[in-house]
Amino acid sequence: MSAFNAIGDEREIDRDEFTPGVEPQPTWCPGCGDFGVLKALKQALPEAGKTPEEVLTVTGIGCSGKLNSYLDTYGFHTIHGRSLPVARAAKLANPELEVIAAGGDGDGYGIGGNHWIHTARENHDMTYIVFNNEIFGLTKGQTSPTSPKGHKSKTQPSGSAKTPLRPLSMSLNAGASYVARTAAVNPNQAKEIIKEAIEHDGFAHIDFLTQCPTWNKDARQYVPYVDVQESDDYDFDVHDRKEGAEMMRETEDVLNEGTVLTGRYFVDDDRPSYQQEKKAVGEMPEEPLAERYFDDDAEWERSYDLLERHT
Amino acid sequence: MSDDELIWRIAGGSGDGIDSTSQNFAKALMRSGLNVFTHRHYPSRIRGGHTYVEIRAAENEVQSRGDGYNFLLALGDSFARNPQEEAYYGNEEIKPLSENLDELRDGGIIVYDEGLVDEDEVADLDLEKRAEENDWHVFPVDLRGLAKEHGREVMRNTAGVGVTAALLDMDLEHIEDLMADAMGGDVLEANLDILHEAYETTSEEYDFEHDLRAPVGDHDTEQALLSGSNAIAYGAIDAGCRFIAGYPMTPWTDVFTILSQNFPDMGGVSEQVEDEIAAAALAVGASHAGVKAMSGSSGGGFALMSEPLGLAEMTETPLVLVESMRAGPSTGMPTKPEQADLEFVLYTSQGDSQRVVFAPGNIEEAYEQTRLAFEIAWDYQIPAIIIYDQKLSGENANVDVEFFDREPKPDLGATLTEEELKEAAHDNSGKFQRFQHEGENGVSPRSLPGQKGGRFLATGNEHSPVGHIEEDPDNRVNQMDRRLEKLEAIRTELDDEYESTQTYFGDDDADYGIVTWGSSQGAVEEAVARLNEQGHSVKGLSVSDMLPFPKTEVTEFLESVDEAMVVEMNATAQFRGHIQRELGRFGEKLTSLLKYNGNPFEPAEVVEGYEVNIADEEREPTAQVRIEPAAGD
Ligand SMILES: Cc1ncc(C[n+]2csc(CCOP(=O)(O)OP(=O)(O)O)c2C)c(N)n1
Ligand code: SF4
Repeated sequence: MSAFNAIGDEREIDRDEFTPGVEPQPTWCPGCGDFGVLKALKQALPEAGKTPEEVLTVTGIGCSGKLNSYLDTYGFHTIHGRSLPVARAAKLANPELEVIAAGGDGDGYGIGGNHWIHTARENHDMTYIVFNNEIFGLTKGQTSPTSPKGHKSKTQPSGSAKTPLRPLSMSLNAGASYVARTAAVNPNQAKEIIKEAIEHDGFAHIDFLTQCPTWNKDARQYVPYVDVQESDDYDFDVHDRKEGAEMMRETEDVLNEGTVLTGRYFVDDDRPSYQQEKKAVGEMPEEPLAERYFDDDAEWERSYDLLERHT
Repeated sequence: MSDDELIWRIAGGSGDGIDSTSQNFAKALMRSGLNVFTHRHYPSRIRGGHTYVEIRAAENEVQSRGDGYNFLLALGDSFARNPQEEAYYGNEEIKPLSENLDELRDGGIIVYDEGLVDEDEVADLDLEKRAEENDWHVFPVDLRGLAKEHGREVMRNTAGVGVTAALLDMDLEHIEDLMADAMGGDVLEANLDILHEAYETTSEEYDFEHDLRAPVGDHDTEQALLSGSNAIAYGAIDAGCRFIAGYPMTPWTDVFTILSQNFPDMGGVSEQVEDEIAAAALAVGASHAGVKAMSGSSGGGFALMSEPLGLAEMTETPLVLVESMRAGPSTGMPTKPEQADLEFVLYTSQGDSQRVVFAPGNIEEAYEQTRLAFEIAWDYQIPAIIIYDQKLSGENANVDVEFFDREPKPDLGATLTEEELKEAAHDNSGKFQRFQHEGENGVSPRSLPGQKGGRFLATGNEHSPVGHIEEDPDNRVNQMDRRLEKLEAIRTELDDEYESTQTYFGDDDADYGIVTWGSSQGAVEEAVARLNEQGHSVKGLSVSDMLPFPKTEVTEFLESVDEAMVVEMNATAQFRGHIQRELGRFGEKLTSLLKYNGNPFEPAEVVEGYEVNIADEEREPTAQVRIEPAAGD
């Protein structure tokens, strides 16, 4: 008998199951884009056939990091910038869990940048949602790695001299096998993209534009977005790395000019996930490691058997 | 200094095969029935640079490297083969000989490779004169020529071992067996030829006027030769650890490597990751998902782990970290031991953060306390740290094989099954009360993601019983008190259920004490025995439990002596400070013997420190140690 019976449980799931029955109610500001992510996730998870107890959401710190306080799955609200290493290991320990990591642009692209690049490089099988509001929200409005050049904040009063980071291109170059951008103001697209990301076998990175009306009043996420898949103006093959890269560049360029393009930019269904690669080289067991501890018949090798080489 | 012991030093350049040759020779000595202990000295360079390994072998137990040595095999020319422009020392070829003479005992033996070092260079060294003064017996042998004649030049190690065996009147059987295990075919043939040739020529060519011969011994049971790093890795395996994440840093790399090499066969997972923050965070993630996990580093990397360490404490995620100390501050001396990260390990991480810290004193304890660290960490859902150092990490000694013959313990401690979760407390929303206030001994059992009925949120923020962020004052106090309660419960359990993890030596009734911790234990143990032989009245205590501190045991020990000297490898008397802080007294009773020059204590230094410090002999100690008087002295 499995020790993790919630995993693979097939039943009709009401999306309300993902809403905490009692407290806490979200403490986000009215109009905050973070509500959009929460809502899209609550819709996507049941549509992807997931029950609350087989999902582990791992978040960082920031307004965004509170996502799993308001979403009733197993959750781990970690520390600033470290959601990915925690999430990655949980997935290695029990690959049958549905692992979703989330955090803000400061959290994920700033302090956690190193982890992001390496998780993408290794193509860990998980979904990573970055709430990109181009600002530090929780610490009250400082400039973030995605804030536009010239952005004024209390810590860069003369306007930031830094060019913003390009999250889509970075992720692609680092090795992510699914890269998309969506926006809180587009709930249907957001839900679809999250669902695809969950179903994708590999590192699925969603740059999720979330407006922060409190600290980033001129944020460009307010302007109408364009879905690159729906629009006749854009024609590129999402499975083609080069075309995807070009489209990402253009998207990132025009965002600075005030045009918001969203959609899927790169989907590589052929690249094996890290978990598969690791199994292929014999560095990871076929069965979930975590199960072993509950298996009375498991043979636990002991060091005694290794001593021969020391005698 | 005992006459019936061999301390064989093989010296050369890094990359000359000093390591493998000495490993095999140590094993041969062990198989011949002797107790062995190895000490490795190497610079932070990959090739070249002077390096040596010492093997101490005796019929009696050996706990440390000993004092000085009595057989030098000066070998190797990797620096001579790769001469660097403006190499920073004088004559590289002569170094294995010249660098090592100061510690060679009277009556000792020197074998050097005449094929590499010419007579003129030796003349510069005044070897003849020094040999006469110290009654050394010098054997110049053309090891290179011998190796070339029967095989390849690199096999001059084997020639050196052959000469050693002849001079010490040793049987070649064990050496031959070990060679046969390690190689085959032509290479084996060539090596065997070289070994025999070296043995025979030496026996025929020289009159043996030296007294030194290989000691004889006899083990009742089978022995294994292994390092502290092996012991920690094996302790982890037997504790059911199957996940390790790390980033290389000397000397922690050894444990990381050993587990990475063994885990694939055991269904375990090893991850080399981008940095140490990630490494410890991965261990937290794997543990959260239900696998016994560990990580570790040396000081600099451990600094980065401070964040995930605190996270593990706040989320009550079981975790084992190892911290292998080397000399600091900062990058310090990467290949030199020191015991100067104690305060760092005790207090790192913000807030009233709590952890368990064990400091094993030898190889057996390293195994034992690693097992214990996992057990405590999972039973109490608290991070446990094993602090040790470059010395214990790299030294090898023989351990009775039976010692390791115990069952694995893959138990996940205070983790509920789905059956048990049905009975457990849930709140109105159906969430499991994973952090309920009334946990026994401060522990509230946990569930694992994927289990039915166990949903909760783990967070590094202060939280309510189901894990929601919560700043209510009553909840805060309840949660904090519960987390703190664990430490007391652990102390009680360690005192009641385990034989003490502290190590005592000497006579219970002795008047004076020597207190130490970690890898200095062996040298102190030997020193205490010697002091008592000399008529002093001394006993020793080596403390392993750094946190929670064994207050009763240490208090009893200190109350029973007139004065005590604390021996540790650092410049600021960190352990002595820790004792005083934990016990709130004894400031006037404790003096310190400190060493921080990059080399571990030798027993004679501890003896000398005691004589000067406690027995009040009117002289300065000669060795590179420092004495720190008692408070108010
Ligand atoms: C190590 C560390 N540094 C700094 C902080 C303070 N901090 C909390 S949230 C935050 C910024 C979060 O910004 P972002 O990730 O963009 O998230 P948002 O609040 O905008 O959703 C910072 C700097 C912290 N908690 N930990
Ligand atoms: S500060 Fe900004 S990001 Fe944070 S909750 Fe308010 S609107 Fe949202």
